[in-house]
Amino acid sequence: MKLVIRCAAVLAALSAGHASAQATAEAVAKKGFVQCGVNVGLAGFSQPDSQGVWKGIDVDLCRAVAAAVLGDASKVRYTPLTAQQRFTALQSGEVDILSRNTTWTLSRDTSLGLNFAGVNYYDGQGFMVPAKRKVKSAKQLNGATVCVQPGTTTELNLADYFRTHKMKFKPVVIEKLEEVLNAYFTGRCDVYTTDVSGLVAVRASRAPKPAEHVILPEVISKEPLGPAVRHGDDRWFDIVKWSLYAMIEAEELGLSSKNIEQQAGSANPAVQRFVGATGDLGKMLGLDNRWAVHIIKQVGNYAESFDANLKPLGFERGINKLWTQGGLMYAPPIR
Amino acid sequence: MSGCLAWARRSLFSGWLSTLTTLALLWLAWRWLPPLVDWAIASAVWRAEGPSACRGAQGACWAFIAEKHRFILFGTYPFEQHWRPAAASLLLIVLWLCSSLRRFWNGGLAAAWVAGLALIGALMWGGVAGLPYVENERWGGLTLTLLLATFGIAFALPLSIVLALGRRSTLPVLRLACTGYIELVRGVPLISVLFMASVMLPLFLPAGLTIDKLLRAQLALVLFAAAYLAEVVRGGLQAIPRGQHEAADALGFAYWRKMGLVILPQALRLSIPPLVNTFIGLFKDTSLVLIIGLFDFLSTVKVSLQDPAWSGFGLEAYLFASLVYFAFCHAMSSYSRRLEHESARAVVSGAAAPYNRGS
Repeated sequence: MKLVIRCAAVLAALSAGHASAQATAEAVAKKGFVQCGVNVGLAGFSQPDSQGVWKGIDVDLCRAVAAAVLGDASKVRYTPLTAQQRFTALQSGEVDILSRNTTWTLSRDTSLGLNFAGVNYYDGQGFMVPAKRKVKSAKQLNGATVCVQPGTTTELNLADYFRTHKMKFKPVVIEKLEEVLNAYFTGRCDVYTTDVSGLVAVRASRAPKPAEHVILPEVISKEPLGPAVRHGDDRWFDIVKWSLYAMIEAEELGLSSKNIEQQAGSANPAVQRFVGATGDLGKMLGLDNRWAVHIIKQVGNYAESFDANLKPLGFERGINKLWTQGGLMYAPPIR
Repeated sequence: MSGCLAWARRSLFSGWLSTLTTLALLWLAWRWLPPLVDWAIASAVWRAEGPSACRGAQGACWAFIAEKHRFILFGTYPFEQHWRPAAASLLLIVLWLCSSLRRFWNGGLAAAWVAGLALIGALMWGGVAGLPYVENERWGGLTLTLLLATFGIAFALPLSIVLALGRRSTLPVLRLACTGYIELVRGVPLISVLFMASVMLPLFLPAGLTIDKLLRAQLALVLFAAAYLAEVVRGGLQAIPRGQHEAADALGFAYWRKMGLVILPQALRLSIPPLVNTFIGLFKDTSLVLIIGLFDFLSTVKVSLQDPAWSGFGLEAYLFASLVYFAFCHAMSSYSRRLEHESARAVVSGAAAPYNRGS
């Protein structure tokens, strides 16, 4: 199975040029919808709700691109993708964007023939411990029993971290999420480690009493999650990239879905450029000059998307704050 | 009363082993049934505004199913259009029920299937009679499972008969091709066939040409099931005595008439139990389409468990799923039992007739 996946990925990378021979933006305009690859179901990122409507920050990014290109955020068709098929689905042209909580790494950016258009969530691996243990820092975890799921980089990061800090630990490696959580909540391990987003979601939804668990401040790996497109189609790459930046820039400018119409008449030159009242920024992207207005009006700015999808699960902005507030969210100037 | 006692003595307490088993089972039932009934019915939460009502409850949270049932049954199909997949599923089940009754076995049934499938297609896709178009990526849930299984069985069975006949053919190229196909497909797991169909196949197609993802999954299921069914049919073919072939030859039947009128009817009847066995397997195998991102019934159950507000009700969700699967699989297996009885009676009366005539 692994071999099949690897072969598919290599073939995909080889055929990357061929699949993108047709310009994606034109194809999208012609067919009238954006085909978006999303996670099969990850709360807060992409998940169908009880009515079967897709929700999440990864979903919002696809809606933003549809709003920019087609003027209508609802013109998205979703392809739920498993971890194994996500890259080949993008390469074979089955999806136009891969917006599926995918970590941006050098090897994926190069040998898999992808272009990462930015980061819509900075994640990283962290630790959760029961509050009653009174642990304040991961450096106090020497000799701890750690629950971890195998297979991903999580296990390797864990070993690296303890080795560099000259600490000992006893791993309890369990494949299934349900079982690993059960092991942690019944006290079989002292610590549970996975990406911080995962820890937050687990604490909010699975812990019998969420207040009894703390997530330690140390983040031991970098997991920048973002949307990806195929190599070789620079215009489409630009559109996806600037659709994401428009959401971040809008937050910085104080523009939201509620006030974008009133603010359109604002004297602020940055806002004027953003809404397309002055300049030809939209035309430079090959889009309608009000592209950014469509995005913000129909989808919202980054903070609105975050608050609607991630905040209810107990996520804090943390490093995903704007750069002006000490975070990493930084859009290059839209001018 | 004495009959009842006699029955109990005969079936439940006939020896020390059976007495012991009966007592052990009674003890288990006494130990487990009351808490189970209490959990599943008495203390269960049937209706709730939100998940909070379930959190404090001692019993099962059926409110979870109530909240999620439409997503579980119909997947991401547009919410206000759910009556369409509901009607299509009902129509499909009615067609199956009609096909199972002997009195409908005539030309009308085939026409009903053609008309029914056309209607199901119109309902699901829309775009006609004022129904908005719904692309088949949004089909899901139980409807998708039923459609995949129905078309899987409907196309795999004829294909498998051709393959089985080919494998027993005297033409070497045909025989080799069929044997090769069957052995190749049986040598790989379904999951990799699905994966190939979904991920590898588009890479080999010329740019611009795409085959629909659902169609690819359906084709993979058909091709896969056909290989297994072919071996079942071959088992039935080999059980037919040589004399039957010779008798058909003696009547001057050509190959297709011999097979169609003499050999296959007997062979297929012999193969009913293993055929239904494979059908049930195929019905459940459709849940593997999650790997290629299609939301079949089991996947929608799993995805609804991902909702953080309603997480932790896995037991209820999987119990519901298993009940639905059980209902369909049990219906298939009990129907196959009935079919066997009927055809056994047909054989007995058919064989007895010539002798009776003389007396």
